[in-house]
Amino acid sequence: MKLTDSPEEAAFRWEVREFLEKELPERIRVRSRLMGGEGLGGGPEVAGRPEARSGGQGFRLEGGLFGQWREKLAERGWIAPAWPKEYGGAGLTTMQQFILNEEFAEAGAPPIGSMGVTMVGPTLIVHGTEEQKAQHLPKILRGEAIWCQGFSEPGSGSDLASLQTRAVRDGDDYVINGQKIWTSGAQTSNWMFMLARTDPEAPKHRGITYFLLDFTSPGITVQPLIQMSGAAGFNQVYFDNVRVPARNVVGEVNRGWYVGTTTLDFERSGIGSAVGVRKTVESLIRWAKEHAESDQSTTARNPLVRYELVDRYIEATVARMLSYRIVDMQSRGMIPNAEASIAKLFSTELTQRIARTAMKMVGLYGLAWDRESSYSPSRAEYSRGYVNSVGQTIAGGTSEIQRNIIAQRGLGMPRD
Amino acid sequence: MDLGLSEEQEMLRQFARDFLEKECPESHVRDMEEDDRGYSQELWAKMAEQGWMGLVVPEAYGGVGMGYLDLIILVEEFGRALVPGPFIPNCVATIALLEAADEAQKQAHLPAIASGRQVWTLAFTEPSARFDAAGVRLAAQRDPSTSLRVGGDGYVLNGTKLFIRDSHVADKLVVVARTGPSTLRPGSGQASAEDGVSLFAVDAGAAGVRHTPVRTIASDKQNEVRFENVRVPAAARLGEEGRAWPVFQRIANKATVLECAYLVGLSQQAFDITVNYTKERNQFGRPIASFQALQHKAADMATDVDGCRYITYKAAWAVAEDEPDADEQVHVAKAWVSDASRRVVANAQQMHGGIGFTKDYKIQLYFRRQKAAELAWGDADFHREGLAQALGI
Repeated sequence: MKLTDSPEEAAFRWEVREFLEKELPERIRVRSRLMGGEGLGGGPEVAGRPEARSGGQGFRLEGGLFGQWREKLAERGWIAPAWPKEYGGAGLTTMQQFILNEEFAEAGAPPIGSMGVTMVGPTLIVHGTEEQKAQHLPKILRGEAIWCQGFSEPGSGSDLASLQTRAVRDGDDYVINGQKIWTSGAQTSNWMFMLARTDPEAPKHRGITYFLLDFTSPGITVQPLIQMSGAAGFNQVYFDNVRVPARNVVGEVNRGWYVGTTTLDFERSGIGSAVGVRKTVESLIRWAKEHAESDQSTTARNPLVRYELVDRYIEATVARMLSYRIVDMQSRGMIPNAEASIAKLFSTELTQRIARTAMKMVGLYGLAWDRESSYSPSRAEYSRGYVNSVGQTIAGGTSEIQRNIIAQRGLGMPRD
Repeated sequence: MDLGLSEEQEMLRQFARDFLEKECPESHVRDMEEDDRGYSQELWAKMAEQGWMGLVVPEAYGGVGMGYLDLIILVEEFGRALVPGPFIPNCVATIALLEAADEAQKQAHLPAIASGRQVWTLAFTEPSARFDAAGVRLAAQRDPSTSLRVGGDGYVLNGTKLFIRDSHVADKLVVVARTGPSTLRPGSGQASAEDGVSLFAVDAGAAGVRHTPVRTIASDKQNEVRFENVRVPAAARLGEEGRAWPVFQRIANKATVLECAYLVGLSQQAFDITVNYTKERNQFGRPIASFQALQHKAADMATDVDGCRYITYKAAWAVAEDEPDADEQVHVAKAWVSDASRRVVANAQQMHGGIGFTKDYKIQLYFRRQKAAELAWGDADFHREGLAQALGI
């Protein structure tokens, strides 16, 4: 047992820190990623009702500071640190990836890994044909392909395998009809990886196929969804006779569920949110100290707030350890399953508790919503974070689903 | 970073688990609840043969010379098996000697502990029921009858220690006493209470020491220990007079994390018993484990148990390595583990239903002992306050 870096790990950590100090532009640093930042699906408020657009209309090559940052990352292979070197990644070990993610989160660097890098790339590397890899992996690395995920449907949320979007074979193509929902980033993507039903007669898990869909194909409509916070981070996507070539099927036809669950497994391990949680708690404590005399702070009037802050700090430490446990398992070649659910469950529910504590800390001033108002503590990030944090325990598998996974897969308690 | 056990630690854990399953079954735990001494000397001797009493004692003093983290692993197994008796208080007293004793004192005492010949315990808490320095009121005054003789400086101890584990079977006590002003000056704060605290190694059977058992929620053996004009030679003082509090904090940190480790083992076992029970218990024609209401409780318990384990390891590491944030991590760990382990045993009771409420069924053994360990070395609120101060809020 060693809760400190090995010499090799320490050397790598220094390399990452030096890189960040030298290359990370101050202006793209994320100050507080979880509370009211863009990360929670927050984003700027949208006025009125945004219009539907055809798929791929909003895609832009990233320029400016972000584009330069991307170049710097690319030089080190850190666009896709986990991918093997032969595919343009850095081939980092799990522990190195962990250190990289931890240091990026600590420095407030934009988190590594788009949907393309974390979801599509690994899936193609495991299940894709050589042609698919050659076509898509370099574009992901160069930022020429921005991917969104077409999994959830209006009638298929937690019960994803019941999805109804149909793909029917027609010559060399499949023709897709149906609807996806909660599609994050669809408004700026030019590719979508998706699950569609190819055999409606088969048991629900065995009639699904995984497709790579050129999002500029005719027949795709993207309708932004406005969240309760007023931001528009995700969308509904409609498919009206959209043609996708059969060569864009990943893995076997009707085996897409298993290809798709590989993707989901990649989503569940990560230190970024644990670091983010801790930094958020630290920022609350800093705020409480700096505003001890202010009317905007309840800490002088309500001693319970002080203990709530302490509890959140304790829980943030626990969250970090639960995250460490996952990388520890991975670095031994074990595959975290229920353990990843435990970490996800804990850190997302913690995020909501943090948001509630922040609101308690500012009392009546939690009403204020405008970022620029002098009556808004911390630029209204607490009230906005409070609203945004609702999504935490829903996205990426609800808390209830996580508890099912822990009990059934982790503890062997029977279904039904 | 490596959260796994070394090969040596894995062997220690596996050996301890097998050993305690055989030597300390549930029937033994129950027998010792009814036993006045509260432990088996035969089992004590067998454990001593394994080197466990001297696990953290350097080889030079007859010990095994393993580290604090190894002791954490072992104590986790003690929590799992609910081993009755003075093992943990004996470890704490050992740590006190390692931290505070001079060379001659170590040579005099540690070999007897390491071999299992002597049992030690720590006498810290008092009727004040506080864990801070202000709670230490037992007076150790310079002995007027000896102070005029050259080299004959001694002390006279007067006062009461309360909830002292296993002192009635101990050979020696490490007593936390006040050699400075025995009452706080009016208006003085924490800082002055921390001055004037000293540690003494005292014969448990010395003239004027009286042990009166206090029955506890955990059916373990704790005592009121009264000191009435107990004469102690100056050579029995561990460390400098009046300056023991900072050293004692280090001892307390290690003792606190040991208590956490005990709770990790206890919680894990109570949890495992409960999950197994729900798989075997049938209602409505199906195992109750198939009900989501229970599955979700079990999932929360799994999270709590895992949280307990890793936060304990983090604190243990910080304490063992003397990291700058060790005090803070101890607060974090004991605050979390105190509450999380209570949630686990409370859910364990609920999920067992009526059978769990009976004395005959084993799960109640865990429920009652959890509370004792939760209270030992400060409950969650005590450590929350400590952490709040450490964080400056």
